[in-house]
Amino acid sequence: MSATVVVVPLPLPAVQTGRRRKRARLLAMLLARPSTLVALGILLLVIFCGLFAPLIAPHAARAGNVIDSKLPPAWLPQGDARFLLGTDELGRDILSRVLFGAQISLTVGFTAVVLAGAVGITLGLVAGYFRGIVDDVVMRLADIQLALPQILMAIAILAVLGPGLRNVVLTLAITTWVTYARVVRGEVLSVREKDFVQAARAIGAGHLPIMLRHILPNVLASVIVIASFAVAQTILAEAALSFLGLSVGPDVPTWGGMVAAGRDQIITGQWWIYTFPGLSIVLTVLGVNLIGDWLRDYFDPRLKV
Amino acid sequence: MGTYIIRRLLQSILVLLGVTFLVYFILFQTGDPTFLSVSTDATQQEVERVRHQLGFDQPWYVQYAEFLGGAVRGNFGTSLRQGLPVTGLVLERMPATLELALAALAISLLVAFPVGILAATRRNTRLDQLAMLGAVLGQSAPTFFVGIMLLFIFGGMLNWFPIGGRGQTGPVDEARHLILPAITLGTFSMARNARLIRSSMLETLGLEYVTVAWAKGLGETAVVLRHALRNALIPVITVIGLDFGALLGGAIITETVFAWPGVGNLVVKAIGQKDFPVVVGCVTMLAVVFITLNVVIDVLYGYLDPRIRRA
Repeated sequence: MSATVVVVPLPLPAVQTGRRRKRARLLAMLLARPSTLVALGILLLVIFCGLFAPLIAPHAARAGNVIDSKLPPAWLPQGDARFLLGTDELGRDILSRVLFGAQISLTVGFTAVVLAGAVGITLGLVAGYFRGIVDDVVMRLADIQLALPQILMAIAILAVLGPGLRNVVLTLAITTWVTYARVVRGEVLSVREKDFVQAARAIGAGHLPIMLRHILPNVLASVIVIASFAVAQTILAEAALSFLGLSVGPDVPTWGGMVAAGRDQIITGQWWIYTFPGLSIVLTVLGVNLIGDWLRDYFDPRLKV
Repeated sequence: MGTYIIRRLLQSILVLLGVTFLVYFILFQTGDPTFLSVSTDATQQEVERVRHQLGFDQPWYVQYAEFLGGAVRGNFGTSLRQGLPVTGLVLERMPATLELALAALAISLLVAFPVGILAATRRNTRLDQLAMLGAVLGQSAPTFFVGIMLLFIFGGMLNWFPIGGRGQTGPVDEARHLILPAITLGTFSMARNARLIRSSMLETLGLEYVTVAWAKGLGETAVVLRHALRNALIPVITVIGLDFGALLGGAIITETVFAWPGVGNLVVKAIGQKDFPVVVGCVTMLAVVFITLNVVIDVLYGYLDPRIRRA
């Protein structure tokens, strides 16, 4: 997977702009690695499912008839053609719930990462640029947070905030901003000493323009790579919280919650109740991780995230 | 080296103070837990008396200071639900959690090292590609799902292993109970370590001194294991320290899936029951384990790489 990049030299026209060459390189790397295409396909499919779940889901996700309880997938002997992936203990359609579950995983995954990224990048920039006491405070805060397992802290915060989409996003952002802050700070420390930053300062540029226009663009590559892996981590964390019953609330279908509900069926053998939502998590996170691998190799093959 | 260790220890104490403060602050927001300790038909007067007795009528900083005073003497207060000392409750379960985390770490390294080294030495072969595909998959699977699938296949279907709890009747029974949870907990770090060891090995295999070793006519085993692996170990050791934190965190989920009687199980239940002192006690003691381990790793690291301790 990683580092197995074979850069295929594409026949490029002799004269081209920098941007076009960049795009060509991006495309060449994409084609050289079929796994990335597969990953993009998976991710687009999941996004499609999430967006159009209300239209394509064959049944309501929250209501079911107990008469249809625990029906196996349609292709098995006792299966029912109406329920392609079977039903859960309350007779709800697994397929419909899996489709709706995509909404929560994606929404939480992406918004929490954007929020954590915004906070982490800002704090990292400020800490690395001004150093001194701001730096000390931010980095000690980061140390403290790194001394607690993320999931433990998330559980504690959610216990206070209570369940709900907004609280889950907030909690996951609070528990993950540190990574961005540390990496951005580290890079800012070296970038701020570069000649072009000194030059900008010499011609009288203010702190904010220097940070935003001269330093930020130079740390963005690492941030994009970290963020892509963070999406995978956040989707996994949300799933874990849902599994513990601490996420968006019992009424909303989530993949983690569905697996938790199926836990009681391990002995009785209704494997489809937890297997399909579980595989959905694996597939989605796999897609995100593969894209992260590709982004890392594209931006900086030396980065080891 | 001595000053380096002392500086790291002082830093750790500061971090630990921060951790307890943070957790105390978060949990203080959950509100007054007095009602958990009184019966439902208690009069207002009784509630007031218990509140005063437990110190919940004090401002938060007084409560925090009292907690700290007790904590340095190993006293984390009394469970609001079980009426037992928190320290005992947590310490009683700590061995189970440590056993699980260590077994997971052992399984993770036992698999990750051979796989990572083989993948690096057989770079770009089918074996390498297959191993790395497996690694990405392992990193993408949620802990609880791995656990449930293992339970379904090896516990429910094949009936090879018990489906939960910790062994009681001797080492064989204990091992049978431990194996599925340990694999579950170890999967993620196994996958990540295999990738890390591979890339770290690839880096050292390309260095000049390794080429010299080849040129001297040494066999593959000698070059790879005795020359390349040693230097490849350094980044891996740091990650193992971080790994242990992830393992303690993952243990919370794994213990829930397998009904493993550890600290993770205790803390999840305590949060559900708003058993405030138990939560703070669990979190603090888990943080102590994690921080201590990281100091040990840092010292080890400084020993392996002298450049670190001079920085």
